[in-house]
Amino acid sequence: MTYLDNSACTRLDERVFEAMKPYFFDTYAVATSEFGYSMGIEAKEGLEQAREGIASRLGADPGEIVFTSGSTESSNMALKGVVAALKEKKGKHIIVSKIEDFPVLNTAKALEKQGFDVTFLEVDPEGFVNLDELEKAITDETILISVQQGNQEIGTVQDLKAVSEICEAKDVLLHTDATHSFTRLPLDVKELPVDLVTTAAHTIHGPRGIGALYIREGTPIHKFMDGGFQESNRRAGVENIPGAVGFAKAAELVTPEETRKLQAMRDRVIEQALAEIPRVTLNGSREKRLPQNANLTFHYVEGESITLHMDMRGFALSTGSACFSRSLEASHVIMGIGGDHERAHGSVRFTFGRYNSMEDADAVIDAMSEVVARLRVISPLVEK
Amino acid sequence: MKFPYSEKVLEHFRNPRNVGKIEDPDGKGLEGSPACGDMVAVYIKVEPETKVIEDVKFESYGCASNIATGSVITELAKGKTLEEAKKITWKQASEELGGLPPIKAHCSVLAVEGLRAAIRDYEEKHGLVAEREETTPEVVRRRLKHVMNPLTGLDIIRTELILKTTVEDGVIRVVVDLPSDHQFASAIKEDITEKLGSLWDVERVEVVFTA
Repeated sequence: MTYLDNSACTRLDERVFEAMKPYFFDTYAVATSEFGYSMGIEAKEGLEQAREGIASRLGADPGEIVFTSGSTESSNMALKGVVAALKEKKGKHIIVSKIEDFPVLNTAKALEKQGFDVTFLEVDPEGFVNLDELEKAITDETILISVQQGNQEIGTVQDLKAVSEICEAKDVLLHTDATHSFTRLPLDVKELPVDLVTTAAHTIHGPRGIGALYIREGTPIHKFMDGGFQESNRRAGVENIPGAVGFAKAAELVTPEETRKLQAMRDRVIEQALAEIPRVTLNGSREKRLPQNANLTFHYVEGESITLHMDMRGFALSTGSACFSRSLEASHVIMGIGGDHERAHGSVRFTFGRYNSMEDADAVIDAMSEVVARLRVISPLVEK
Repeated sequence: MKFPYSEKVLEHFRNPRNVGKIEDPDGKGLEGSPACGDMVAVYIKVEPETKVIEDVKFESYGCASNIATGSVITELAKGKTLEEAKKITWKQASEELGGLPPIKAHCSVLAVEGLRAAIRDYEEKHGLVAEREETTPEVVRRRLKHVMNPLTGLDIIRTELILKTTVEDGVIRVVVDLPSDHQFASAIKEDITEKLGSLWDVERVEVVFTA
């Protein structure tokens, strides 16, 4: 099986597993205070080292990192925590881009139902947030803006620097979902005035069920799950120490060299598909896109049929087609960039990871070429 | 590896039968649209005396269950009279395929409707249809029996999802017993609008959710 769905989840790296193992079998205690027992103190050390590891990849202080169960929780915490802290003091308005991934998008929708005022920011045909619109949307009541770094589906990388400058000038907090860009693209919180960053391990060959939220020191945020006093009383629940250790190891293992390799595979898929298969549209930006992501619409054919045929040929891919989704709805991202249903239904996402090679990129296009031709023979949308 | 599809579905998906267009068909039916995600075209050749379907072909823009049902429906219809072919149901097609996942009922029911539309097209061309009837709540409910509840694979009338239907001055109002943020709310709304929007005396379809 050639796995090309690395933005959904990745294969765990053995080195990550080895790093985690002692925290399952030897040092399995919870993190105790320094007045606790030695196994707990040792566990705490492991946790704090992991925190330093994640912090260093963001240019953050370790104290600004809170471990969570993944990007869904991180983004929920960021949005719900900040609005809870500021709704009385500042206002009830938040702004999110309309192509955010579900953790941000559906949290914003849930807040809207609770009476918050939410602006869903339009994006241009390549998926970029319009900065003028963003600036215009900000009011005195605006408490938080959430704009992702790289898009989960079409890979578009936002100009976070410009976004953050607007937020800073208008004194509005900025959250960014970096689930798909963390360690793959530069993001240094010392240089970029971003207040909250969502990250997760499952996209970088770490374990699933662990993520982190960067919270800039001094950011007003309430605890959003009630319980114990873990994570400096910011996130309740028994700490996932093996997960945190694995996450830090996974982050450490990502190198610029590897990222360049993924980018070469991405480019191969995009170039070959556009050159060899008729009626193909690239979704997202050609230049400013996640290094691991290619997303193409193969017109006149439907995505679930493509992915099933591809599966029979040994390739794992995903599509923005309604038939493939759990809600039977076409991709909100493709629709958000002004695409129609047909463009969403025929869209296929290829996402590369550590265990892929250039041969995979070549092979997937050969197979795609055959499958698409086959499905077009039976498609009523093709003039024959 | 376990797909939600039977071996028979996968076999028809891999090697669909009777694919393509018939030049100069006696009847043609087109159901669905790119917007709803699935589309089926069915073409028939009919023996004028016996009214037997001599040849039938289909085209599909859709998912695996759509393609497989299109394929199997052509096998079922070939050699049957129009009257017999009209009675082919989604259930029959589904049974022939060894069952279909409930959530895919919508996509596969289109193929059956495509065949019926092709037969209706033939009948209309040959003056075999009665006058158009006025749209009443009963007509609406009859049509809505073709809208599937993706949770069960049964239609939304039978699963009592429709609380109320009214028809007034060309406007149909359908009240659906689901919250508007339900997982399938948009899919069901789209499906209802599509099924009713084509009625000849209807100008607008309003789908209202209960919460």
